[in-house]
Amino acid sequence: MKALLFERSLPRFAASRIASGLGSGRGARVAPLRLVDADAPDLPGAGWHRVAPLLSGICGSDLATLDGRSSRYFEPLVSFPFVPGHEVVGTVEVPLTSADGTGLTPGARVVVQPVLGCRARGIEPMCSSCAAGHTGDCEHVAFGHLSPGIQTGFCADTGGGWSTAGLVAHESQLYAVPDILSDADAVTVEPMACALHAVLAAPLREDRVVAVLGAGTLGLATVAALSHLAAQGLLPVPAALLVGARYAKQQTLATELGASAALSPDQLPRAVRRHSRSMATGSVSSGAVSSGRLTGGADVVFDCVGSAESIGQSLAMVRPRGTVVLVGMPGRVTVDLASLWHREVRLVGAYAYGTETVHERERSTFDLAIDTVTAMRTGRLVSATYPLNRFEEAVAHAGAAGRRGAVKIAFDLRATTKGGRR
Amino acid sequence: MTPRPGFVLEVDGSTPPTLFWKGEGFTLERLPEGSRVIYAPEPLDALKDPVGAIRHALEHPLGDSAPLSALLRPGMKLTICFDDVSLPLPPMEAPDARQMVIEEVLDAAATAGVDDVVLIAALALHRRMTEPELRHALGDRVYEAFAPHGLLTQHDAEDPENLVHLGKTSEGEDVEINKRAATSDLLVYVNISLVAMDGGHKSVATGLASYKSLRHHHNPTTMRHSKSFMDAPSSALHTSNWRMGRLIADSGVKVFQIETTLNTDTFPSQFAFLQRREWEWTLRDRATYTATAAALDATPGRLARQIFHSIKAPHALTSVQAGEVEAVHEQSLVSVWRQQGVVVEGQSDIVTMGLPYICPYNVNSIMNPILVACLGLGYFFNLYRGKPLVREGGVLIMQHPTKPDFDPAFHPSYIDFYEQVLTETTDPTEMHKLYEESFATDPWYIHLYRTGHAYHGVHPFYMWYWCAHALEHLGRVIVLGGDPKAVRRMGFSPASTMADALEMAKDVVGPSPTLTHLHAPPIMLADVQ
Repeated sequence: MKALLFERSLPRFAASRIASGLGSGRGARVAPLRLVDADAPDLPGAGWHRVAPLLSGICGSDLATLDGRSSRYFEPLVSFPFVPGHEVVGTVEVPLTSADGTGLTPGARVVVQPVLGCRARGIEPMCSSCAAGHTGDCEHVAFGHLSPGIQTGFCADTGGGWSTAGLVAHESQLYAVPDILSDADAVTVEPMACALHAVLAAPLREDRVVAVLGAGTLGLATVAALSHLAAQGLLPVPAALLVGARYAKQQTLATELGASAALSPDQLPRAVRRHSRSMATGSVSSGAVSSGRLTGGADVVFDCVGSAESIGQSLAMVRPRGTVVLVGMPGRVTVDLASLWHREVRLVGAYAYGTETVHERERSTFDLAIDTVTAMRTGRLVSATYPLNRFEEAVAHAGAAGRRGAVKIAFDLRATTKGGRR
Repeated sequence: MTPRPGFVLEVDGSTPPTLFWKGEGFTLERLPEGSRVIYAPEPLDALKDPVGAIRHALEHPLGDSAPLSALLRPGMKLTICFDDVSLPLPPMEAPDARQMVIEEVLDAAATAGVDDVVLIAALALHRRMTEPELRHALGDRVYEAFAPHGLLTQHDAEDPENLVHLGKTSEGEDVEINKRAATSDLLVYVNISLVAMDGGHKSVATGLASYKSLRHHHNPTTMRHSKSFMDAPSSALHTSNWRMGRLIADSGVKVFQIETTLNTDTFPSQFAFLQRREWEWTLRDRATYTATAAALDATPGRLARQIFHSIKAPHALTSVQAGEVEAVHEQSLVSVWRQQGVVVEGQSDIVTMGLPYICPYNVNSIMNPILVACLGLGYFFNLYRGKPLVREGGVLIMQHPTKPDFDPAFHPSYIDFYEQVLTETTDPTEMHKLYEESFATDPWYIHLYRTGHAYHGVHPFYMWYWCAHALEHLGRVIVLGGDPKAVRRMGFSPASTMADALEMAKDVVGPSPTLTHLHAPPIMLADVQ
């Protein structure tokens, strides 16, 4: 059995950071990631089970780790060496009851909710966040009987999806995959859950302008989540859902998933201005928008990039007292916050998932994500899959996904795992 | 020597390559044998005494009008309106026709003791003119006498305080025009009829109107039924304007129309080869062409644009007539056709044209892709009477770089039209339904139109509607040398060489197509029989 193992190596961290300067994903060749022979991790305790991965996605946070661009904030929250891969669809080996109460038989497909919260860590009493169902906000991700790790795929004890040896997951992390979903659909459940969590936390209002900046997997999942929930009557219908997408394929997908318009990011402020019937200040003589700020703007901007540039652009597009939701993982950035202060803008983070309240009914984010993926068939976002032994190509492809007309790149482990659905 | 009339050349083996404009530059293309090339008539002789001719016209009006001097009296309110920067093309060498006419009108007003005189640039929804442009059109003397006192204004189609609704035509069209002009004792309109489309009732009914009024004729339906804009009886656009003009007259607005026509002397002497027939080029012409074309190819785009937009045409007055609108315009059309008319026998499968650097809406600015479409499909395609030069289902090949560059100060809504409308639809009717109103009423565009130098928010729609007749008529539009992405965005086909373009055209019109090249500018009007 094989697995991709990520080790602590300062020289290799430095090398990958330098290499990633040539482009995201370019650091994989020199990063402390290597293909190793591996056995399945030991089961940490009661309620834990082995999962054989079928597909496992390469996420933006994985790329940031491989490129040496992750914030040092995470250093105490991970444990080395670990097998990456937190977007996972796989099969279980033994009968068990999943987090949503489904009885699973051996070979049944599951998706992994990767947050390693109090329940998975066997911590009693649970922290207040876990007790309230907000697993993503768990206060104990560095404690309990597991090594530190905010998620499966960042913890030395659990393994991760980039492995034919499999991973271990607590039954509270496992959700049954409906037969109707392909493996590709299922591997998008985790990013969809992130998007749903962000969308449901935002103060959306009827007939207002909503902007999504960035149209990688998270951006497109956010668009799909907004469209699906609005169509279901679970969210207010926006006056316009405008998406900043750099590449043609992303623009096409954004429109297919329900965007009113998908434009290049530099044109997004112009579209927000027009749909919000705003004026642009500081540009009366030039007629330009990007150099100025809007008098009004979008009610909510979902920043699905997380860079200094995207945060700055989001602040320039949001209305006074509006909200910018950081969906994409930011790192250390330098941003001018004058407009945030002056316009009383709310800048909020949206990480992971847990329990959502929709129309006064509590549901797990993963349940909602499975429904949304079923409705929107987001398996279409999976553009290419690779075997583990071509991991350098896979990571390079993921790093240049947009430019190469792709969205989600995943590892295909089905050669060693039975039971997949293509 | 008498100027030679227009000419239709049949290309044979001895015909030299033909000049094609391509924005701020030009090339020579060898057209297939048997192709036709239409050349404009040579410039008519200028009026020997233009000021004398103007004075004569003012005192010998046409139609049911008294001489200007008889219409002027102390204590009256006089408003002089004039065509804006969109005419003529290129801008003419000083003195501009408007300056010459307005100076004479003002002299007459002063003689009659008229004190209350206001000048208004009849912009419709065009951008406001800059001070240098106003000075050029009116002359420094007029500018200095009026502008500092607030008596030189520019029509503001979004100023409700200075608009008056005069009623509705029999077809239900709102007629809403500039209040100062409408409530004056006399409205003198000073026009330049560069082409047959200009002038007549269109001067006041369009130039001084509001969006509420303009939308009745600037829409896809009217534009599709204007065949062509240069032939008023066959133009729904003009029919609507005529209804409005007559309502304006019936409302008691007294219009004294002064129309001027120009010859086709379009380029200064250093560019003389541009209006000569290629087989008559002198050695000097060839050398100038070679040096100029090579230099322009090596010149940065912005600099090349500056060079071309500094060109002033040696246009000269060929006629001036004044008096009642319709009588005046009828006489203007005679002069325009005398200068520009070329009889052409039958249509072609393919029409080619090289588009120059300028159209009515990018004077001193960038010709963006929408204006390229408008110049080719709206203006050049419509330079006909009778039938289009290209047959129905035929192909238009137009050469222009068509770069997706925009002037954000002059054309802010064009940027959004290009990025937010053309990405969704290129169908004039659909965009009219889905997008026009939101652009027309956008507060920022209105602000920029009123306070800056921006075309009105709805203007790019009008430019696209201007193409509606051609879009419906043609089987394919090929842009030679155009930016492929921009060309495709507009629903056209890009081609990198003339040979490629012709091969692509054959896919539509068959293997042995007939071809006609419109060798403009200078401008001509094809009388297709």
